[in-house]
Amino acid sequence: MYDTSDIRKGLKIMIDGSPYTVIEFQFVKPGKGAAFTRTKMKNLLSGGVIERNLRSGDKLEPANVEVKQMQYLYPEADMFVFMDTTTYDQVSIPTATVGDDKNFMPENINVDVLFFNDRAVGVTLPNFIEQAITETEPGFKGDTSTGASKPAKIGTGAQINVPLFINVGDVVKIDTRTGDYIERLSRA
Amino acid sequence: MDEGARLAGRRAALEARSRVVRAARAWFEGEGFLEVETPARVRAPGQEIHLDAIASGAGGDGNDRWLVTSPEYHMKRLLGAGFERIVQIGKAWRAGEGGPHHQPEFLIAEWYRAGAPLAAIADDCEALVRVAVRAAGAPSPALDLSGPFERATVREVVRRHAGVSLDGDETLEALGAKARAAGVDVAGRDSWDDVFFQLWLDRVEPQLGRGRPTFVFDWPAPLGALARRKIEDPRLVERFELYANGLELANAFGELTDADEQRARFAAESETRARLGKAVYAVDEKLLAALPRMRPTSGVALGMDRLVMLALGAADIRDVVAFADDEV
Repeated sequence: MYDTSDIRKGLKIMIDGSPYTVIEFQFVKPGKGAAFTRTKMKNLLSGGVIERNLRSGDKLEPANVEVKQMQYLYPEADMFVFMDTTTYDQVSIPTATVGDDKNFMPENINVDVLFFNDRAVGVTLPNFIEQAITETEPGFKGDTSTGASKPAKIGTGAQINVPLFINVGDVVKIDTRTGDYIERLSRA
Repeated sequence: MDEGARLAGRRAALEARSRVVRAARAWFEGEGFLEVETPARVRAPGQEIHLDAIASGAGGDGNDRWLVTSPEYHMKRLLGAGFERIVQIGKAWRAGEGGPHHQPEFLIAEWYRAGAPLAAIADDCEALVRVAVRAAGAPSPALDLSGPFERATVREVVRRHAGVSLDGDETLEALGAKARAAGVDVAGRDSWDDVFFQLWLDRVEPQLGRGRPTFVFDWPAPLGALARRKIEDPRLVERFELYANGLELANAFGELTDADEQRARFAAESETRARLGKAVYAVDEKLLAALPRMRPTSGVALGMDRLVMLALGAADIRDVVAFADDEV
């Protein structure tokens, strides 16, 4: 068991049956009362953020979670197959667990896989990926300033919005958290 | 970071701090206060359950010495000898306190007015905040000093922010039921003050002193410490806390001068400290002897580091000291 003196950013603990990670904490001592730790935590399954005021001495159950770096290999039925980059063990993770992140998960990319009680429960992509454009309307030369955009397909099959000057074969940088186009890295 | 660069970066804050402390001393002098110095190393550092003192070896009499957690006891011994308006701006130490608003070593301003009501001390605090903000010269836009500070009571703010109707003399069970009804999880909270402060921290305190500073008066008797009961409602004590911009700035008492009641509270606190496995400190008999000789008196402790934080809009106490505990 942990207690409040163990609290630090990134500590993984169980709250009401779910695993949480500490994202912020502050020592507080209200009006001559006991010391408390105001603790902001993120639910590792739902992403929801809660705040709890834990009293000094409160016991905290460690969450049995582990993050492993894995390489995404290929899809197989309703699963994605990953390989542990240290042990070379392969693990299949349901497509539902990966969710919409699959749009920005090209083959051979390295991701962080979160295990809770030895079961894979989530995948964290790098914040940015580079992808070649596979389909889009032809570009308009010289039009680099307006905010206008058009749909384009990338290597994973996902559709994003890109500026009008982008052509098929251009390699672009994409923010995986928002799906936003960031910049063109190279021309076709 | 390189220490030279770190200290250079804090220069403006340290200059403002110096101006604030000087302006505070000048203000106290103008109000007719005598500045006193009482020992930092004492036999009885304060009985409060949740304050832990730092050991400081043995005294010449062979007894243990502790660093003061506040200069209260010796200042009251002066009051018992007829001193009427005394202030001390000096260091105090509290073991195990660290965070954005806490350092184990900090600067405390503690002052007393013999014969004055608690409201006079609130007026002092309000004047001192204005003096500090003017001296610092860079008022935080989040701080609204345009009008008088808000003056509320614990019952009012608990009703307003938690929807709980507090009496002050309910049993632990009744208080727990009220907190649970308001949706506050008090599982594992087995003392009156723990239940109260869970409710306070979850629901009330984050709302206090936003913009305009707020005095919160009339604390429940179980949180009385060294405060006297209110004659008109003995479920409450004469105590206020001052909140400003999320900082708990000052704690004031209408001072208890009944030595028998003070002795009983010390005994109860010592018993709780022993039960919690904490150090049990000597009872200051000279303080108990001085209490009945005191006139009705009001007094306060105000955190000077936090006053500088408030005046500068600083978020972390480190920003207003040259050397934090892990930088010595």
